Amino acid sequence: MLARRIIPCLDCDLGVPGGRVVKGIEFKQIRYAGIPWELAGQYYQDGADEIVFLDITASADRRETMTGVIKETSRSVFVPLAVGGGTSSLDQAREVFNAGADKITLNTSALKRPELIEEIAEQYGNQAVVLAIDAKRRYSLEESREIVQTDDGPCWFECSYYGGRQFTGIDALAWARRAVSLGAGEILLTSMDRDGTYDGFDIPLTDAVARRVNVPVIASGGCASPDHMLEVFNQTDASAALAASIFHFGEWSIGQVKSYLKDRGVNVRI
Amino acid sequence: MTIVIVDYGMGNLFSIYNALDHVGGNPRFARDPQDLKGAKAIVVPGVGAFGSCMAQLSRFSESLLQHFQEGVPMLGICVGMQVLFEESEESPGAAGLGWISGRVVRLPAGVMIPQMGWNCLKIKQHVEMLDGISEGDMFYFVHSYYGLPEDDSVVAATTEHGVDVTAAICRDNLFATQFHPEKSGPKGLQILKNFVRAARC
Repeated sequence: MLARRIIPCLDCDLGVPGGRVVKGIEFKQIRYAGIPWELAGQYYQDGADEIVFLDITASADRRETMTGVIKETSRSVFVPLAVGGGTSSLDQAREVFNAGADKITLNTSALKRPELIEEIAEQYGNQAVVLAIDAKRRYSLEESREIVQTDDGPCWFECSYYGGRQFTGIDALAWARRAVSLGAGEILLTSMDRDGTYDGFDIPLTDAVARRVNVPVIASGGCASPDHMLEVFNQTDASAALAASIFHFGEWSIGQVKSYLKDRGVNVRI
Repeated sequence: MTIVIVDYGMGNLFSIYNALDHVGGNPRFARDPQDLKGAKAIVVPGVGAFGSCMAQLSRFSESLLQHFQEGVPMLGICVGMQVLFEESEESPGAAGLGWISGRVVRLPAGVMIPQMGWNCLKIKQHVEMLDGISEGDMFYFVHSYYGLPEDDSVVAATTEHGVDVTAAICRDNLFATQFHPEKSGPKGLQILKNFVRAARC
């Protein structure tokens, strides 16, 4: 049986030489956390099942900085590396794969041009394409929307892009299904309502997406403790839980989180 | 001491190169069959479809077979394991290398396909390539098909994903894994260390 994965996420600001890892609160305020490959190496040693790098600056002239980060990381990190941010063409994806990435995560570019999912999946396989969705609860109900029940009432989920700065009007649940039919092999699902809040994962959102697609779903946004991970694994079919702050600032190590989960019956790799 | 990675144009070999380098394997790439000359050990990686891999790999097949028969340690990874079989459901009509009797079949309906993630090994044979590996250790898998050998005695390890899936095979100087040792953390590196050690003998 496949293990539930624990994935640290490194949001990278590539506007400084070599790049640095930062952490935003609710997609806004930024705290500095460290050098990308050093943190990645530490997480690998601690037992991370995979590493995700997200380029939050995502500007074209900084692509070389990201490929440098990937190359440096893949010299000493021997678990899968997923990289996202600013990839809008097959050629750019190729640069990222050639630097040593195993998976590419797409968000804005796939919303703007869904065929990009097909193009990359065709060349590198479905498993290499991760669709990232930044979803926000909307309580103003409209008929065409896929409605989910939550403790705060029924809502639908709207996709955002450009790092949470703009909204698309697109229904996140419908988009998840469509992206999988186009070839996305995994969904990285971030709750914008929970991201940076330390309130735990958005369970109804995670459950709704995991029920609708037959590819792994990575729950993201709001994780502050191993208990939040336990909750998302017990209450949904999420394949993985992603977190940033709790690892970056040394509150919990990945090893501690995994022991906690294993002791409570979750199948994790120790 | 040189370990040669067969680069037949299928996918990213950066990871396996770095992992072998990390464990002291001093790897280099072979882009033509003559580059295999002098190899102390050979790695056959593979991504993508069985048929397209074989289309690219077939020009190496004679040279690979010669090295195999001379006893050079060989390691097949992922589709690089599947191509050792005779044929695959993935690409009907495409002939594999056929060093292992049997065929490659699709994972059963009802499980997540591709199998992607960490799964544990059931060890069937304590071969040298599995030194330092224990029952239940987890490795990273990404695949939709798996090899089904006619002769069970070549199976070194299996994993469960709906059915017992062949995870590693061993025949003489040949070892192959369905999982990716280069992406499987310290346990994966242990297998590559075992391979480097075999190359030194």
